[in-house]
Amino acid sequence: MSLFYFVAFLSVFFSLLVIFSKNPVHSVLYLILTFFTFTIHYFLLNAQFLGIVNFIVYMGAILVLFLYTLMLMNLNTETEPVKSNLLKIIGVIGGGCLLVTLIASLKISGNTEPVILRDPNLGLVKNLGKVLFHQFLLPFEVSSILLLSAMVGAVLLAKKES
Amino acid sequence: MQHISNAIQTIPLNHYILLSAIIFSIGVMGVLIRRNAIVIFMSVELMLNSVNLLLTVFSIYRNDAAGQVFVFFVMALAAAEVAVGLAIIVMIYRNTNTIDINVLNRLKW
Repeated sequence: MSLFYFVAFLSVFFSLLVIFSKNPVHSVLYLILTFFTFTIHYFLLNAQFLGIVNFIVYMGAILVLFLYTLMLMNLNTETEPVKSNLLKIIGVIGGGCLLVTLIASLKISGNTEPVILRDPNLGLVKNLGKVLFHQFLLPFEVSSILLLSAMVGAVLLAKKES
Repeated sequence: MQHISNAIQTIPLNHYILLSAIIFSIGVMGVLIRRNAIVIFMSVELMLNSVNLLLTVFSIYRNDAAGQVFVFFVMALAAAEVAVGLAIIVMIYRNTNTIDINVLNRLKW
């Protein structure tokens, strides 16, 4: 039980470091650690498929893409122009207002039931594959078209005009 | 794996919602206070991930596998979004030689 609170603390700590570290490369590295703690959360919930996908797709592919872009553009300098302190304080207050609103609505709803894993096979590949390929077959195929069009669009955008 | 997930069964749903709300708010703050376009993009990823975690928790709470399938679709969407977004940022960098978002004010009236 205390493992969850420890991992949750690590998630919040690393995500704070993501937005407050000056060097963008350090931000990406802290984001990788944050996503690793999310993977641990998925495994604690016995959502093994999502844990593996989070590990491979997010930490392995997406963040490496971020890192490549940062390093290829040679942006790992600490001379990023910073916003004025007033704008920063206003931004933190705005985010804090959102957090307070969310917590207040959570308090009003007053739900204190525990999360119980009734079916241990719920998050396994076998069960999810059955749902994915019976109930959600059309969205699955459409998402492949989405990925193809995103790839074409990315190549078209990043290509130098000759 | 079974004994680990048995240990987690006493966590109230509230605490998961609280964790996701905190991380989502951190993402919003990151969008508001940073000027580097890539760091803003990373904050958006943080928000997407907190919502993913909450969807998974609700899927287990309601004992419904559709929530986890939805998370899978969100991850596929995020991959496409990152590819296009980073291509746009590379293009901006090539045209203006910076990724400071305050340079991009030409649409301002």
